[in-house]
Amino acid sequence: MDLTARSLPVSSLAVRGRWRRRLRKLGFALSVVVIVSPAILVFLWMLSLSLKTEIDNVAYPPVFIPSPPTLANFVQVFAENSMGLYFWNSIVVSGMATLIALAVGIPAGYGIARSQAHKLTVLILIARMTPALSYLIPLFTVFQFLGLNNTLTALVITHLVITVPIVVYIMAGHFETLPRELEEAAQIDGAGVWTTFRHVAMPLARPGIVVGTILAFIFSWNNFVFGAVLAGRATRTLPAAVYNVLTFEQLAWGPLAAAAIVVTLPVLLLTIVIQKEIVVGMTAGGVKGG
Amino acid sequence: MSSSVALSRARPGFLARRQKSYVYFIVPALLVVGAVIIFPWLFTVWMSAFDWKIGSVAHFIGLENYTKLATNQRFHEAIVHTLYFTVLAVVVPLVLGTAAALIFHRQFPLRGLLRSVFTMPMMATPVAVALVWTMMFHPQQGVLNYLLSLVGLPPSLWVYSPTLVIPSLVLVEIWHWTPLVMLIVLGGLAALPTEPYESARLDGASEWQLFRYITLPLLAPFLVVAAVIRTIDAVKAFDTIYVISQGGPGTASETINLYLYLQAFAFYNVGNASAVVVVFFAIILALALLLLYVRQRAKWT
Repeated sequence: MDLTARSLPVSSLAVRGRWRRRLRKLGFALSVVVIVSPAILVFLWMLSLSLKTEIDNVAYPPVFIPSPPTLANFVQVFAENSMGLYFWNSIVVSGMATLIALAVGIPAGYGIARSQAHKLTVLILIARMTPALSYLIPLFTVFQFLGLNNTLTALVITHLVITVPIVVYIMAGHFETLPRELEEAAQIDGAGVWTTFRHVAMPLARPGIVVGTILAFIFSWNNFVFGAVLAGRATRTLPAAVYNVLTFEQLAWGPLAAAAIVVTLPVLLLTIVIQKEIVVGMTAGGVKGG
Repeated sequence: MSSSVALSRARPGFLARRQKSYVYFIVPALLVVGAVIIFPWLFTVWMSAFDWKIGSVAHFIGLENYTKLATNQRFHEAIVHTLYFTVLAVVVPLVLGTAAALIFHRQFPLRGLLRSVFTMPMMATPVAVALVWTMMFHPQQGVLNYLLSLVGLPPSLWVYSPTLVIPSLVLVEIWHWTPLVMLIVLGGLAALPTEPYESARLDGASEWQLFRYITLPLLAPFLVVAAVIRTIDAVKAFDTIYVISQGGPGTASETINLYLYLQAFAFYNVGNASAVVVVFFAIILALALLLLYVRQRAKWT
């Protein structure tokens, strides 16, 4: 008798504790759903729009699941526009701008890291603060003078504004973390500064080079305004083309959503490769300087 | 022993020689930066002193472009729009990003995958994102008004309303950039020491007190970094505004950047646009310095 009387409140307390724990878990799960769903839903809606017929796309209430899904929008966008050409332009411009940035940026990052010239990274912070349009006005005027407007060369040059600072910043940070002992050993063995850089430091910095390359490429790929202003009909990059060529007057929602997916999918795929390092790139110039 | 002595004696000259040769590593990048970044800065300042439209002869007018801006109603409104947009686009992502970081700091199933999903908007091409949001904002067929009707709210005009256009554009900005704040704050949370929490728990502090009096002050430097970066990016926001509203309806969402674009590339008014750039850069610099000053103050008190 005495025993049960004493054990009763204890067990009810345990039950209440279990319920509270469950409730708290449920609340937490709910907050995870609330915080993640806007991100996923917009992308799903984009995908849904691109896979539906036009009738379903303008239906009200909206049709969410394409039935049956159709690839007609993708076919239409590629068939009626020079999407292939724009895609190629984007690859050439971002690819060249990234390659040039690597060629000058990897040595510069090494030089900055080894000569402790950290003041140079302030330049990168200021470059980040400057609105892209403000580079565009003088460069546009100069290209006009040189007859370079509407060429891919002009676009590659302007995209260096994006790619060079990010590569220099990433590489300077990366070379700084490398141990200097190996380099010192190589130099004592008679290797010159260049040989040490080329055969000791650079191979060690490969992970940093991968991150710098991908970030530079993504930022350049995503850029809209340089292409929108400087490119001609045949030299537009993908983001500029999607806005300037595939306007709402000319195209329905389905093909536009399909085009949007074509533009952004390569970037989302590249992002997966460098998940962890993204934040370093996005805050470039801000974290160390600020 | 003798070799290390020799080495240390050789070192000063050795280092000085090396220091000099490192300059050559930096020269090519400096040339590129000089050509595409520093030259445009100087050229902009120079151009701002001219009355110059592309295709016509430039006249030197000194500071007249600036004095005109000082009395330009449309430019003043653009500044107000920019500040309104910026305040919203900094404060809301900071709050939401911090909340999201607190969630992702805990362990739960599928955490890595969900975090990747959550950060996807940040890397997505702004123009592509803007296109999809334009369709979602559509007053008749847009999915957002349908969602409002589901919870019993009246439909909204979103970006077609002069009063709602800036908050609507901020909504896109929040969606796009809250992940970046989350990642910065998450980095801060990972670096927090555990001792203060243990002793505070022993003293009977509640979860809220732990957050308010330990986590938040320790996170302050990270929040300031996030605020600085967010401010710089929000002031410069262009792609989404340009694609979704073109500064409209009327000039209701015309920020400095949009005004600048029109002056330079619709009216080819290069002199005036250059003066706008100089003022614009001064505003960005002032905002960044203000935030860094706030951080310094926060450190001392």
